[in-house]
Amino acid sequence: MSRKLTQEQYERTFSYRFLRWLDGARDPYLGQVEMKPQKPFSEDGQTIAQRQEDRARMRERVYDLENNILVRVFRRFYRVFSLLFCVFLVVMLLAAVSWLPTFGQADNPANNEVAARYIEDGLEETGAVNIVTGMILDYRAFDTLGESHVLFIATCTVLILLRADRKDDREQLWSNDRVYEPKNDIILQTVAKILVPPILIFGIYVILAGHLGPGGGFSGGAVIGAGLILYLNAFGFAKTERFFTQKTYRRMSFAALACYSLAKSYSFYTGANHIESVIPLGTPGAILSSGLILILNICVGIVVAGTMYTFYVMFRKGGY
Amino acid sequence: MTLFIGILFGFLIICAIGASFSKNLLNSILIFMSYSLVMSIIWILLQSPDLAITEAAVGAGVTTVLFVVTLKKIQAIIKEDEGREEKEDE
Repeated sequence: MSRKLTQEQYERTFSYRFLRWLDGARDPYLGQVEMKPQKPFSEDGQTIAQRQEDRARMRERVYDLENNILVRVFRRFYRVFSLLFCVFLVVMLLAAVSWLPTFGQADNPANNEVAARYIEDGLEETGAVNIVTGMILDYRAFDTLGESHVLFIATCTVLILLRADRKDDREQLWSNDRVYEPKNDIILQTVAKILVPPILIFGIYVILAGHLGPGGGFSGGAVIGAGLILYLNAFGFAKTERFFTQKTYRRMSFAALACYSLAKSYSFYTGANHIESVIPLGTPGAILSSGLILILNICVGIVVAGTMYTFYVMFRKGGY
Repeated sequence: MTLFIGILFGFLIICAIGASFSKNLLNSILIFMSYSLVMSIIWILLQSPDLAITEAAVGAGVTTVLFVVTLKKIQAIIKEDEGREEKEDE
């Protein structure tokens, strides 16, 4: 055990100064930089009236359409030019499309040796029956790692923009929450009671069977998120907050992203050449097969489901 | 089958134009939602069921809900009787 520092000793340590700097409690300019004392800004009523009058006169002169030729010319020019620009853009894009190779031709540039390798050896190398999942979560798992982080950053941005930080703001938002909606709507609740369990189970199925059939982490997560939103709409926040709060979301997405990063971020160090996997691929078609793909699917699904639900909650009342 | 795809594509174009030209924002959102639904059927016909599931869940489900919540937040959804009162005032 270290001995306890007195307050004076503590104030001399580096960590105290660093923490104060971090909190913004210390103004680094005060006492360090020479500053000229400033007079408080003030204006008497006459100057304000003069300024407003000047501004009104200026506005009148500028927007006096009958006498100001320049404004009229500019407006006409603006309309014509915007139309011309739209036509130019449309023609350019259509011309570019007409230069593309025909869809589905055998000698298209997209049908190169990479695609052939994926289609021919994909099942053998990744163990996933669904080639698309094998591609995005094995050959290109590094890209998908970036994608799930992009989703997480998008949620952070929404949190920064829409979160109600001040306490009175939050109370006002929460009391206004369901002004325009019927509370305890019996039709909605009955439908939700019947529909929500199949929706959630379907989402879980889509995630777990991502390497066997169509689907995967993103679509399954979106389905689960939609189911959660329906449940929230029918029964309100009191019911959902029993199992899903901000803390749950934080822990879930942290665990999922950390798991994914641990599993796949070695590409940072090894480059494009992936390490030989030690996990057995299993029999193709079984649910416990194809190495890490199942785990990665679950991670992506958790992140996406939490993201969808959090978006909705943030849009609706700015905080859990 | 070609006829069916043709009908779907026609509906898709009509929905796209309708969503951008509709005066009522709520109508726009609902048209956009049907656009996403038609699009997800087209994804199935183009043999990419992965995309179809995602389009149905994200495009038709979550995005629509987010749009409606936003409209409610900016108070663009007027209740029927309130709208009538405003018209009477005019």
